[in-house]
Amino acid sequence: MKEKKMKLNKFANLLVIGLVLTVAASGCRKKPVNVTELPGARAGRMSDMPPGNPIRTGDQPLTEGNPIGVPTGHESNSRTLHDGWPEDAQTLKTETVYFDFDSSVLKGSEKPKVSAVADYLKANSANAVRVEGNCDERGTEEYNRSLGERRALAVREELIRLGIDPTRADTISYGKDKPAVQGHDETAWKQNRRDDFIVLSPPK
Amino acid sequence: MKQTQSILQQISFLACIVAGTSLMAQNELNVSREVELPGQAKPILVSMSGLTGEAATTLQFDLYVQGFAFTNAEAAQYLISGSNNGNLQARASDPHNKSTLVSKAYSGASLRRQAHAFADDFVQALGRKGIAQTKIAFKGENSPHSEIYIADFDGHGGQAVTSDNNLVAAPCWVPGHMALCYLSYKRNHADIFYHDLSTGARRALAEFRGSNMSPAVSPGGSKVAFISSMDGWTDLYVCNADGSGLKRLTKSPQDESSPCWSPDGKWICFAAKEKEHRTLCKVSPSGGAMQTISTGGTPSPTEPDWSPDGKWIAFTAQYRSGFSICVVPAEGGTAVSLVEGEDPSWAPNSRTLAFGRRRGGHYTLSLLDVPTKQVKDVSRISGISSQSQPSWAK
Repeated sequence: MKEKKMKLNKFANLLVIGLVLTVAASGCRKKPVNVTELPGARAGRMSDMPPGNPIRTGDQPLTEGNPIGVPTGHESNSRTLHDGWPEDAQTLKTETVYFDFDSSVLKGSEKPKVSAVADYLKANSANAVRVEGNCDERGTEEYNRSLGERRALAVREELIRLGIDPTRADTISYGKDKPAVQGHDETAWKQNRRDDFIVLSPPK
Repeated sequence: MKQTQSILQQISFLACIVAGTSLMAQNELNVSREVELPGQAKPILVSMSGLTGEAATTLQFDLYVQGFAFTNAEAAQYLISGSNNGNLQARASDPHNKSTLVSKAYSGASLRRQAHAFADDFVQALGRKGIAQTKIAFKGENSPHSEIYIADFDGHGGQAVTSDNNLVAAPCWVPGHMALCYLSYKRNHADIFYHDLSTGARRALAEFRGSNMSPAVSPGGSKVAFISSMDGWTDLYVCNADGSGLKRLTKSPQDESSPCWSPDGKWICFAAKEKEHRTLCKVSPSGGAMQTISTGGTPSPTEPDWSPDGKWIAFTAQYRSGFSICVVPAEGGTAVSLVEGEDPSWAPNSRTLAFGRRRGGHYTLSLLDVPTKQVKDVSRISGISSQSQPSWAK
C-alpha cells in the first residue's frame, strides 16, 4: 500500500509538473517567457529587407544607425537642348513678371516686360530663356508647384505668340520653395508671385 | 489515500485553469471592432505601471496616436505593466475578464525599439495593425536648400537620403520596396527621380521638358503617376516605374495636382478644377473619363491620399481660417474636417495620418489619429527649420 501510494504520488507529481509547464507555455504565467529578440545596431542592412514588407521591423533588420544609400551614379543625363548652357540671371532681371494671388493670368500691365524679353531673344538669336514660375507662401506645396508652372507656361505662350521659337523658351516651377523676398505679408507675397527670366547661352 | 485524493483534486483544479485559460484565449481572438467614424470615437483608456523614462514616453506616444489615452488603473480598460531595467518586459491585460493580451520580454536594438515592438504587440492583440515600427519620408528644409529625409514614424532617428544642396520635394515611398520617388532640382530642371535606398542608386524617371512634379507610385510599385507640363499644360501622366509606357491622362489648361492611387490600383485620385470649382477627381490609369469625387462642398480640396483599406480619402481643404485636414468616404460624400494642417499621408493602419502644420512660415510634422482626433507632433531633426510633405511607408 505504501509502495503503491508512493508510485501514485510520483505519477501525480509528474502530472502536476507537466501541467504547470503546459500552463506556462500557454502564456498564463505573469513573467514573460518568450523573449523577442530585436536586431542589434549592426545586425543587417536595408537591402536585406524583403519586398512587400519594407518597413515592418519587428522581425526584420531595419536597424538604427544603419547607413542609407546616398545617391550614386546611374543618373541619366540627357535632356533638353540647353543642358549645361551657362546661365545669366542678371540680364533680364528687370523684366520679372508679377501675378495676382492664385492666378496664372498674364496681366496686361506685365505684357510689355514679356515683349522686352522677346525683343532680347530676337536680338540674340543664339540664346534661349528659362522662365521660372514662383508663388507666395500661402498655398499648399504641390498645388503651388503646379500653379508656378502655369505661370511660367502663360509667359512662354506669350513669347511664342510674339514669334519666339518654342524650343528657345524652357519652363520650370519652384512653387513656393524659392521666394525672392522673405516675409509673411502682402508686401513680400506680391514680390514672390512671379516669373523670373534666366538667359541661357550656348557653351563656348 | 487522503493524500492521493488531494493530489487528484490538485490535478483537476489545474486542469480547470488550463481549460479556462484556453477559453479566455479564444475570447481574446474575438475582440470586436467598433465602427469608428472620423473624429467621433472615444479613446480607449489604458493605464501604465512600472515602465519609466524613454520606454514609458515612447509607448505613450505610440498608443496616443493610435487612439489610446492614459488614465489610472481603476478607470482603464487595459492595464499595461512592466519594467525596463536594461531590457523591456511588459504585459497588457484586460482586468474585466482577467485575461492577458500580451506578455513579452524584448532584447536587442534600443529601448525605444523595444517599446515600439511592445506597442505593436499590444495593438495587434486587439486585432489592429501596429504602426510603431514603420518609417516616414519627408522634405526637410534649411533655407535655401532642402533634402529628403527618412525617420521612424515618430520622427526619431531621422537621416538625410539626399545631399544635393539644392531643392527637393514630394517624396513618395515605392510600396513594398526600400525605395523613394521624389522631385529634385539638382539639374536645374524639375525632374522625378527613383532612388533605391538599399544601394543608393538613383535614376531620373521623368525628365521631360518643362516641370515634372508630385510623383505617386502605384500600390504594386510598377507605375508612377505625376504632373508634367511636357505638352504645354500641367496635366496628369502615368508611366511605368522604369520610365517607359508614358500615357497622358488629362488634357486641360486647368489645375491638376497631387495624384495618389487607390489601394487596388484601379484609380488615380487628384486635385482638379472643373467649371471654376476645385474638386477631387479620379481617373483610371489606363485612361478614360475623369470622375468627380464629391466632398460635399468642402472649399478647395487638394492633396488627396487614399487610405490603404480603400475606405477613405484624406485631403487638405482651404477654409478662410486656413488649411484643414479632412476625410471623406472614398466613393465621395460628406467630408469631416478634423484639424488644422496640410498634406496628409495615411499610415498602414488606415487610421493614423501624418501631416504638416504651419508655424510662423515653417512646417512641423504631426500625427493625427483620425477616429479620436488626437494629435501629437513628431520629434524634430535639429538644424532643420521646416519639415513637410510626409509619406508614410507602406
